Amino acid sequence: MSWTHKDLLGVRELSREEILFLLDTADSFRDISRRDIKKVPTLRGKTVITLFYEPSTRTRVSFEIAAKRLSADAVNISTASSSVVKGESLVDTGRNLQSMRPDVIVIRHSMPGAPHMLSRILDCSIINAGDGAHEHPTQALLDLFTIREKKETVDGLKIAIIGDIAHSRVARSNIFALKKFDTEITCCAPLTMLPPGLASLGVKVTDRLDEAVADKDVIMMLRIQKERGGTSYIPSIREYASLYCLNEEHVGRARKDVIIMHPGPMNRGVEISDAVADGPYSVILDQVENGVAVRMAILYLLSGGES
Amino acid sequence: MERVLLDEKAVERSISRITLEILEKNQGSKSLSLIGIRTRGVFLAKRICDKISAVESRQMPLGVLDITMYRDDIATLKAPEVKKTDIPFNVNDMTIVLIDDVLHTGRTTRAAIDAIMDLGRPTRIQLAVLVDRGQRELPIQPDYTGIYYTAAPEEEVFVRLREIDGKDEVVLTARL
Repeated sequence: MSWTHKDLLGVRELSREEILFLLDTADSFRDISRRDIKKVPTLRGKTVITLFYEPSTRTRVSFEIAAKRLSADAVNISTASSSVVKGESLVDTGRNLQSMRPDVIVIRHSMPGAPHMLSRILDCSIINAGDGAHEHPTQALLDLFTIREKKETVDGLKIAIIGDIAHSRVARSNIFALKKFDTEITCCAPLTMLPPGLASLGVKVTDRLDEAVADKDVIMMLRIQKERGGTSYIPSIREYASLYCLNEEHVGRARKDVIIMHPGPMNRGVEISDAVADGPYSVILDQVENGVAVRMAILYLLSGGES
Repeated sequence: MERVLLDEKAVERSISRITLEILEKNQGSKSLSLIGIRTRGVFLAKRICDKISAVESRQMPLGVLDITMYRDDIATLKAPEVKKTDIPFNVNDMTIVLIDDVLHTGRTTRAAIDAIMDLGRPTRIQLAVLVDRGQRELPIQPDYTGIYYTAAPEEEVFVRLREIDGKDEVVLTARL
């Protein structure tokens, strides 16, 4: 099959076949990061700009490394040190960047839909690296890649997504992606962190952690989104931790070969205990490694020519 | 309209001769390894590898190379499918025989050489092809050739192998 999208704005609009094609492509690119010479000439002469209106370590560095390993030129803009602090609008920033002829702009913004707006006014490819509480497609794709790597297939798996579901773009993108496969998803959080209508996405909903983890193949933990007001939905971090911090006893209720995932950054002792984060079931650092491969695949597929 | 350049038996004889020439030129199979270029070069490499392993009573290192990431026309193509490269041995100080089905412009070979150079520093790289159809666009020559046939620009040469095409043959067709 061939890739037909100009942008990657969300996983919702991707088909199951497109996701699998992307994961297969990522599988080939992952080997490059494991060799002595970690570079191929594939995207020579292409320019990738990362434009981050929110803080990021993993995603921004991952995109930059992915671009550089494909020989594209990567330019990073963090808004704190850019003209955004002088009052420039997103549209003006986008148009000005376009004048320097980039091939891809990777954007993270606190406003849902910001990448979609840029994609309508700019000719270059836009990749959504997180827009508010809406979508974070590359995170869901690297999570799927990691699940498929560890479990060989995504179909037939029971998956728990636990934490601040209401404010999590990672949860949303993962639900959209996983529902394209034959999966059973359970979302678990305090009732205040479960958005209304969640069950209509076809997932099970519970506020009991021990119930959520029972018999699961995959457990995805999420942090409390303090920057989106997450802490105001719970009485205290301490109370949250006492009820929703994943510990070894919880992991013991899941399947014997369960994998524990976390998109990072982790708040140890709040949503996940040290013993679980660093334990034998944790694939959290595999997710980070796979993130580079998945982003290389996306940059490659979006940078294709016309014929 | 199709014309058969090599039939099943001729393909087999060519592969056998190339195998012997590889062993003759390199005086055995010491520090020798084979890398097949996807798609049909892989099957040719496997056959040559089996023949050498039988004669030399040692398992030859065998690799698979996908050159997509190294293509020179990638900017104009619509993101062609990237398949796995699997070279499970160290290429340093090896004599590598690259194996492909058809040699035409030489651009695939150039890409393959660059891809191998990014994995290390082999002592030398040699090239074996089942068909050399001429019309080179780069200064590249094969070390081992099954058949040389100067095809016209409007002609196409296809290698069919039993592993994926059901039978072995090399055919010539006129492009319409």
